Amino acid sequence: MRWWWWIPLALFALFLGVAAYQLTQPKDEFIPSTMIGEPLPEFDLRPAAADRPGLSDAYFRDGTPKLLNIWASWCVPCIAEAPQLERLRQSGAEIVGVAIRDRPQDVAGFLARYGNPYSRIGADDLSEVQLGIGSSGVPETFVIDGQGRIIYQHIGDVRAEHVPLLLEKLREAQD
Amino acid sequence: MTLLRHLVDVLSPREGGGLGPMATRCWAEAPAFAGARAYLAAFLLAFALCLPAAAQQSLPPAPYAYRQLEDPRQEAAAQALMETLRCLKCQSQSIADSDAPMAGDMRHQVRTRIAAGEEPEAIRAWLVQRYGDYVSYAPAVSETTWPLFAVPALLVLAVLLALWRRLRLRRRA
Repeated sequence: MRWWWWIPLALFALFLGVAAYQLTQPKDEFIPSTMIGEPLPEFDLRPAAADRPGLSDAYFRDGTPKLLNIWASWCVPCIAEAPQLERLRQSGAEIVGVAIRDRPQDVAGFLARYGNPYSRIGADDLSEVQLGIGSSGVPETFVIDGQGRIIYQHIGDVRAEHVPLLLEKLREAQD
Repeated sequence: MTLLRHLVDVLSPREGGGLGPMATRCWAEAPAFAGARAYLAAFLLAFALCLPAAAQQSLPPAPYAYRQLEDPRQEAAAQALMETLRCLKCQSQSIADSDAPMAGDMRHQVRTRIAAGEEPEAIRAWLVQRYGDYVSYAPAVSETTWPLFAVPALLVLAVLLALWRRLRLRRRA
């Protein structure tokens, strides 16, 4: 038998090896937004809570960078990140919320239980803003600069170790 | 209460409509608990929490999530497009196949845009601009994907060449 007859078998074994290795690797389910550096799309959302105004893209173009938090009252990790958002607010960050597919009474209940770090909350009943900025889940937190451009995306709940990074990104956006 | 805190940590850091990724996440993070019994209990509890978490959205689906367009030709175009767009929450399904609320909202986007006269490929481009090629099931030739198209073509070429040589040798014999 000639040696090159083994090439197909070797290729097959290689393929098998790669597949087996990949199966043992954890899969990254996060899909990053490709809208970083792009301006926010046009939107105008009704208020999601009685004591906070709604939200439009024009609000972001006032020169001050802000955090845009995509959340929902039905989202369990959003409970976990509530204290960290409060810390961000106390550190001087302005946080505006976009509530995904939410009812006013559920939003009010969530804010009463876990605190309200938001200056404004828009209700995104059809996930239009979420799709418009390339967000694929809740919670996600975007840094928006004073001209309404998307600067940074944090996927998943904000934990204590992410707070300094988000504050740093806000400072960078200010310059 | 502390147990609940633990469970919040055990749960996926994000909500998902698809149970698949969520369940694997709960599974993957459960070993933080020491001891086999605690592990089993935590896993069962986490799993029990995973299921309702996915079904807790109380808002009715978007108007065009499950309603077809009146014009059958427009609906056919929308359906064809939806079958080639990936659901972002349940990533092994198209948005036409998925019951995740976000997939419903994406179908609503597709149908209303088609109804407004937008071309299907323009809608795909709009989504690709936001989520990258990942959101589209329709393969596109790009800087990174060209070998996928080139390799099979080369293989077919090599096989044809080998066949041609064989046949020529046989004819001579």
